[in-house]
Amino acid sequence: MLAFLILLPLSAAIAILGGFSARGTAVLATGANLILGLVLAALWSNNPEIGSFSLPVLDKPAIHLSLGLFDGMSVTMVLLSLIVAFAAIFSGKCPAGSEKLWYVSCLLIAAGAIGAFLSTDLFFFYAFHELALIPTFLMIGMLGTGDRKEAAWKITIYLAFGSIILLAGLLWLVGASGANSFLFKDLLAANTIPEPAQYGIAALLIVGFGTLVSLFPFHSWAAPAYASAPAPVSMLHAGVLKKFGLFGLLRLYPMVSEGIQSWIPLLVILLLGNILWVGMVTINQKRLDTMLGNSSVMHMGYIFLAFAALAESGGANDIALPAAVVLMFAHGISIAMLFALSDRVQQSTGTLELRELGGLAKAAPRLAFLFGLAAMASIGLPGFANFAGEIMVFLSGFRNWIPDYGLPLGQNFTAVQLGTICALWGLVISAVYMLRAYRQTFQGKPVPATENARDLTCGERMPAILLAIALLVVGLYPNSILKLINQKAAPKTSVSQTNNQ
Amino acid sequence: MNEAWLLLILPLAAAVLIQLRLKRIPALAAAVSVLSVVLTFLLSLIFAASDTVDEAVFTWAAAGDFTIKIGLQLDKLSKGMMIIVTGVGALVHIFSLAYMKDDEAKARYFCGLSIFMFSMTGIVLANNFVMMFIFWELVGFSSYLLIGHWYQKDSAAEAAKKAFLVNRIGDFGFLIGILMLWGLAGSLVFDQMALPAQGPLLTAAVLLVFCGALGKSAQFPLHVWLPDAMEGPTPVSALIHAATMVAAGVYMLFRLQFSFVDAEGIRQGWQLFANHSGEIIAWIGGITALLAALMATQQDDIKKILAYSTLSQLGYMIMAIGLAGHTEPGHPNLAGESGMFHLYTHAWFKALLFLGSGAIIYACHHEQNIWKMGGLAKRMKATTLTFVIGTAALMAVPGITSGFYSKEEILLATLHGGHMTPLFLIAAFVAFLTPFYMTRLLVVTFLGKPRSHGAEEAKEVGNLMLSPLLILAALAIASAFIIKGAGINIPAMFSAIDPRSHDVHHDSGIATLVLGTSFAALFAGVGLGYFLYKDRDSDPLENNNLFQVFRNKFYIDELYLKIVRIGQDCVAAIIHFFDEFIINGLLVGGLSRSVGGLGNLFRRMQSGNLQIYALLFGGGILLVVYLTVFFTS
Repeated sequence: MLAFLILLPLSAAIAILGGFSARGTAVLATGANLILGLVLAALWSNNPEIGSFSLPVLDKPAIHLSLGLFDGMSVTMVLLSLIVAFAAIFSGKCPAGSEKLWYVSCLLIAAGAIGAFLSTDLFFFYAFHELALIPTFLMIGMLGTGDRKEAAWKITIYLAFGSIILLAGLLWLVGASGANSFLFKDLLAANTIPEPAQYGIAALLIVGFGTLVSLFPFHSWAAPAYASAPAPVSMLHAGVLKKFGLFGLLRLYPMVSEGIQSWIPLLVILLLGNILWVGMVTINQKRLDTMLGNSSVMHMGYIFLAFAALAESGGANDIALPAAVVLMFAHGISIAMLFALSDRVQQSTGTLELRELGGLAKAAPRLAFLFGLAAMASIGLPGFANFAGEIMVFLSGFRNWIPDYGLPLGQNFTAVQLGTICALWGLVISAVYMLRAYRQTFQGKPVPATENARDLTCGERMPAILLAIALLVVGLYPNSILKLINQKAAPKTSVSQTNNQ
Repeated sequence: MNEAWLLLILPLAAAVLIQLRLKRIPALAAAVSVLSVVLTFLLSLIFAASDTVDEAVFTWAAAGDFTIKIGLQLDKLSKGMMIIVTGVGALVHIFSLAYMKDDEAKARYFCGLSIFMFSMTGIVLANNFVMMFIFWELVGFSSYLLIGHWYQKDSAAEAAKKAFLVNRIGDFGFLIGILMLWGLAGSLVFDQMALPAQGPLLTAAVLLVFCGALGKSAQFPLHVWLPDAMEGPTPVSALIHAATMVAAGVYMLFRLQFSFVDAEGIRQGWQLFANHSGEIIAWIGGITALLAALMATQQDDIKKILAYSTLSQLGYMIMAIGLAGHTEPGHPNLAGESGMFHLYTHAWFKALLFLGSGAIIYACHHEQNIWKMGGLAKRMKATTLTFVIGTAALMAVPGITSGFYSKEEILLATLHGGHMTPLFLIAAFVAFLTPFYMTRLLVVTFLGKPRSHGAEEAKEVGNLMLSPLLILAALAIASAFIIKGAGINIPAMFSAIDPRSHDVHHDSGIATLVLGTSFAALFAGVGLGYFLYKDRDSDPLENNNLFQVFRNKFYIDELYLKIVRIGQDCVAAIIHFFDEFIINGLLVGGLSRSVGGLGNLFRRMQSGNLQIYALLFGGGILLVVYLTVFFTS
């Protein structure tokens, strides 16, 4: 069953190449996929093995094409991929003549992302991600705007570089673990890796996965790529694909938890680089799209903070992992919504330069309302999923805090707690850039570019409303998704390993 | 499930209904909003007489052993606060029906008011810190919405943004404080917190929590947003920026004092403030009260004068809260209660003054400068009467006004603080400044001749606007007596922290001193104000150098603007430069250039065809993966 989630977009891509109507097929396939995914997620609580599937591809080393909903984190990320994929494909405005390339690429990115999150085998986990990256580069290079060639080169080189470092780390990890297959469950159950190797592996994983998530200082590919990329690609990459790196770290860190622990002070400095340094860079942006691109880099810092809290405690922090997953979901949805709507601003005013915009709310009140909603979500207003994620991240930082009056004030805090305190200033920074941009774009008196701007049509509102509902459901009642995330991975019995596609 | 949930659900339902269904039917939207607030007011009255409710009803978030529950705490403190919030809220809603009658975005306005009522109720009823923080942020958001109601005006859009950002700065500290207090007290639920030991950690935590109040209650140095917030519609200023939201900081701090019940059932929360944090809080309150009163003496905009007076009165309340930790043994420890009591009386008379100014502004065709008014006493008799009553309460006219009783308690508390007596001098000086600037306002606005066309044409407002004014005027007098009449010791209305302190009587010497000071300050202030401003067409102090400083608000806004320009925008530009040219250009760029060198070669081969490169790259990667895996094992 789970294979359908990947096969559906893939076969839709083939159908489009074979001459089917591009938009109709793509929308239909991703829509059906979303419904299928929701059904599977609902059934998963009772039957954790649902639709899982394992096909040996190689005996030595043992590689399996193995799909499954490994735990609540996988379920959440698959749902995120399905929602964003549908919204991205539905809301994208394809330039005439490029329909095939446009929709096939988007479908391939979606299929790759879904495949990566469904894979329970490390080899395919990695391979599906690579599959999704190729159409991403192509779309930026061929259909991007502005300085598309340079942006495409930059992201290609960065991510290739990151992938290769990651690959080295993963191979070392597998080799050192002594596991006899690439399956996650075998890897995680394998012998402990000796400490010296752990440090090296942990460093490679942090840099490798980190580059893919735009961890400071490997972040400068992200903003130009998102600004240049067609909106659906920005939505899919910033919203979904980028989370691959965090997902990988959260999945694999128990194997090298001591190694990661020794890197925590450095990791905290790097993630503060995301939040504070890139945050300041974001304040200085003059365009709506580069502002959003940088803001998405900044927000990755909070998820790394939850990861640091989890790793620092050696896994004994019960808030950290759910916090990271909720925030990955929330950020994915909200940034996708922002990219989709900023694309609308571009379409209806012809510019994204902040100084050329103003007073758009008068001509386009619906656009202003939905953009405001997404902006407020992204700066962590309660009621939206982002707040739930962020407050849990901050709580996780202090979950294991033991105050000691005997110590001087400053020595009472670990690296993660000091990091949490500094990271909180990010709340101010993100409010500054987001409210400034909103003020500059939508409020004040209308200017020539916005006077006769067109508002959203009913169809154009639909994907944004879908995303807004996802943000509100999780934001008003985070327990809805936390129940999924907290559910313990099912005991893997030998009986249920049979293929039951 | 207790019916108390209706208090939260009714305004939320109204807001959702308006947003989703009633945008096009503004009259109905207004009716729904008013109905919801009137119902919650009636419910609050019913609950005031009912038992204490403290229950967690649903789990908002759970992870492992940690849960955040949304729970209601309807106790003596929150019941009283609910009556203030919904009572002022209901009157302001009704006043708005007339004031915003012709606004083109009336539905949005009433939706904003309902969101505000929902959020404020949440703060009041919250039984834990996370829930309070959630609604704390939502209150800030609804304030942003309503200040920016006329967002096409640049000044309104800027003011809304400023309010949000300044509050965020306060919340930065607030959240750190909450996290620390969580570790120190062992819980985030107010009634389950254990009293932490004294030490620098506790002092730091309390001061950080106080940062939240610094923002929301607009205390120095974060006071700058409140005067700007007057860009919002005047009823909003009355409800949010005078009576309720800005008092949330005081309420939050008193909620802490009200918690930490010991084995004997005595509330020990004041001990949190029995260290330097209490002193600093009291001093910040005193400084705010003084600076704001000085600034108020030189404002020309009627709403700005009232805004600065709000700041000043909030300073009194904050001062009282801080003093709670420093009352000397032998004196009644009622400082915190006196702050809450002042919150209660102030809410009514300040709402009255703001709504009154709204009526005046409305009648003068949206003129806000008092020097362009004049002679309104003859043209708007009823409004003038109510405004004078509100002013009397703010000036604390002894014996008959509610403001007198609450201010008296605060002055007493400053003298019970022992080493805090300098604060008494500040408070007494503010008690002189308040009647001075309010007399200036009264004389210039209501007496003399009209100084503009708008003022000449002013006529009494309609009954819909007048009736809330009359009710509030009655409460400006009676709110203190209502409590007295019910046989409750005035400051103890919000329940004493330590019941034993009821038995300790005020030192009659101190009480006489305070009363004498109050009288002297009042007469001096009113007298000076009257003779200085009688029959004037412009401010005689305008060109005085010292008063220039007051008029320019001590140049604090200019200073902050510079700090933001240099500390934020310039730093952001520099960091952006470094990011672009150092990290990207030299460090990582060097790497990508060397890879790019290879790429160049490649690119020449492929005549720059990125498409093929990417395909080869992808295929290559997969091949590499496959081969490495195949051959390594």
